Amino acid sequence: MCLGVPGKVVEINGKSATVDFWGVRRQVWLDVVDEPVAVGDYVLNHVGYAIRRIPDSEIGETLALYEELIKASEQDDLMAADVRAEIAATQEREDA
Amino acid sequence: MMRRGLVDDRLGLKYGAGGRAMRALVERVCLAGLGDVPVDGIGLAAMDDAAALRVGDRWLVITTDSHVVQPIFFPGGDIGRLAVSGTVNDLAMMGATEPLGLTCAIILEEGFSKADLERVYASIREACREAHAPIVTGDTKVMGRGELDGLVVNTTGVALCDRVVSDAGLHPGDVLIVTGTMGDHGMAIMAARHQLALEGDLRSDVAPINGLVRAALDAGGAGIVAMKDPTRGGLSSALHEMAEKGAVGILIEELAVPVRAATRAAADLLGIDPLVVANEGKAVIGVRPGAANAVLEAIRRHPLGGGAAIVGRCLSEHPGAVILDTGFGRRMLSEPEGELLPRIC
Amino acid sequence: MLEGGSADAVRELKFRDPARARAMVDALTRLTVDIGRAPVSVMHVCGSHEQAIAKFGLRAVFPRALNVIMGPGCPVCITDTPEVDEGVVLARQGVHIATYGDMVRVPGTALSLADAQAEGAKIHVIYSAAQAVDLARSIRDDVVFFATGFETTAVATAAIVLNGVPDNFSILSAHKYIPPVMEIVAEMPQTRVEGFLAAGHAATITGWGVFEPFVARHKLPVVVAGFEPLDILAGLVKLLELIRDHTPQVSNMFPRCVTREGNLRAQDQLWKVFRPTGGRWRGIAHVPNGNLRLRDEFAHLDARRRFTIDLTSLWDYAPPLLAQSCICGDIMAGISSPSDCTLFGQECSPEKPVGACMVSSEGACRIWHQYGGHPDLRGVA
Repeated sequence: MCLGVPGKVVEINGKSATVDFWGVRRQVWLDVVDEPVAVGDYVLNHVGYAIRRIPDSEIGETLALYEELIKASEQDDLMAADVRAEIAATQEREDA
Repeated sequence: MMRRGLVDDRLGLKYGAGGRAMRALVERVCLAGLGDVPVDGIGLAAMDDAAALRVGDRWLVITTDSHVVQPIFFPGGDIGRLAVSGTVNDLAMMGATEPLGLTCAIILEEGFSKADLERVYASIREACREAHAPIVTGDTKVMGRGELDGLVVNTTGVALCDRVVSDAGLHPGDVLIVTGTMGDHGMAIMAARHQLALEGDLRSDVAPINGLVRAALDAGGAGIVAMKDPTRGGLSSALHEMAEKGAVGILIEELAVPVRAATRAAADLLGIDPLVVANEGKAVIGVRPGAANAVLEAIRRHPLGGGAAIVGRCLSEHPGAVILDTGFGRRMLSEPEGELLPRIC
Repeated sequence: MLEGGSADAVRELKFRDPARARAMVDALTRLTVDIGRAPVSVMHVCGSHEQAIAKFGLRAVFPRALNVIMGPGCPVCITDTPEVDEGVVLARQGVHIATYGDMVRVPGTALSLADAQAEGAKIHVIYSAAQAVDLARSIRDDVVFFATGFETTAVATAAIVLNGVPDNFSILSAHKYIPPVMEIVAEMPQTRVEGFLAAGHAATITGWGVFEPFVARHKLPVVVAGFEPLDILAGLVKLLELIRDHTPQVSNMFPRCVTREGNLRAQDQLWKVFRPTGGRWRGIAHVPNGNLRLRDEFAHLDARRRFTIDLTSLWDYAPPLLAQSCICGDIMAGISSPSDCTLFGQECSPEKPVGACMVSSEGACRIWHQYGGHPDLRGVA
């Protein structure tokens, strides 16, 4: 159960879509996905079928969820300061 | 650490796939059957990329390969280019980078297209030109339709050299260099073979790399202690053999291993690890720490070595094991199980 | 090392950020200390979770007090020998078999599909169910799609059925359904499992609501998790929090793909085509409602009804009495370890596996056999 790989829709061809997996592309069937899919959407692909449209906003929300989890778990642990600084530094590099 | 399995009564495809099963077959059936006749040099029992026989104060290096790839023509190359490169590279892995000549024997299936055969020979000729290695003799046979799958090519190569580099020379502390991106050939073949309908720049890396290896040897000299080409079974198979023969552990930084985007994407989609996928234009080189940077620079200056990288080092602990640092944790790099198949789970 | 460096690739990478991963591992350590028991055992029921944990080497960084057990979540490994035998017998009868790569080397009573192929049978490895239909359209001979996988994969099979298939095409369904086996594990009297990590992709289809009755019944927390390293670590952090706080509930840590209702369109198609029935899972005996079979309306596409599949031809080989001594169920429930099994390393080995734990490349028994125990890579260089 279940090698699901996310990809980005680059073209809609009726019942299937051309999905880009950051290096290769493949046709993915749209029979099963429960929302309309448009060019630019991310979809989760399993054995050649899109099983879910991944809303763009969810990626940011997931990251926020992880931040929450980490912060809640760190109380006044001294080590946390180092790691938080490291994460902040990485964030800065990515955002730059 | 190595556990050689039993060999089945009926030999399935896995026995040709370059992994554990094939090594079990070679040890328990081929070597056992042929017997270990001592030679002055590196012979059959060493199971190295080639044999090296002492002739006066030099070494005669000789290797043979049969090529049965399907499809015969694939993105990036064909069976002809593969045949020449495979043999030239096996010689180069022993340190013999100037082949004296190659043989080329072909077996055709009845009905094989003359135009396709001409295309294969053109490809052989081009690869020979790149390797500065002539075809000097050959053989031709035809078998009945259905008795053979299209075309089989066998090449044998001979060369002389002054110093032989085996695959057994690693010591703790030695550095491991790969000469370029991993997994390209096998992923290109797999995508073509199973009609996986993947669009993208998947292409084999098949190429003779004797020139590149010469550059590395000139820069590293005796600092280069072991070499192997990661063909069937990929980098994983090559490293396992080198680790076992050298009785060292190997630690690889997974994030340091170069992989092309198309190869990575196809491998992810099919649930395959690029590190167990075949390469046909690459080498993994074991270098003493002091010589590593010089060797790396020399390889990178060569047209075929732009993507070279240091990917790991040898340990005294865990002899025979290959350990992968993933960036998040560590795992044992497993040996491939036979023919690579796409998986869903 | 990644080429390209497109914004998308970088964004994907954010679920693989080693700094965040380390922070989560620290959180896991703190939580196991808070919980105060060692080991704290949790179970995941997804082969892909185990593949991901293995691929990223997470076991080398989990705190020692945390025991993440690989449950019966590899659909191929728990496919029982008679089901493999059905495929083998059909293959030997000359039927073209289309199947996913995972299934090809799994041994039946005597042979795997790969062995049958070595004898001359026509086995086609496919990536997508649609390819099996394409194959049937391109030849005259009978094609049977040996359909394996859990509900996520069964959805694709349902889609091709509803799209219409040619007359020479039929389906041998070995599909499985995961929620029932969680019940079995939870109900084992000596089970040590304190919480479950649920498979994110299956939950994409079924929704996380499907776990609510389970949690109400067994008072064990269930966390739905994705498959990137951060997803798995975050899922485990949440699970340990729920265990520490004695709050059995369902928590969705994979909101980018999973909702409470799931994919209703996919569920609709799935249950239109398939019905759950009881069956044997390799090494786990009977799982009520654990198998998915084609409904009567689709009997004409059922290979079991179209063909006479006579398994007696394989009974000349060693009978599966060994299966009765197999303790994979106990190993998966965290009750036993591979060395406790009388068959381990003797009658049961990677070359001739008896139970699921030895079939899977990530199975506990397979790993123990290969490395002489669970290799401890904590201290490596």
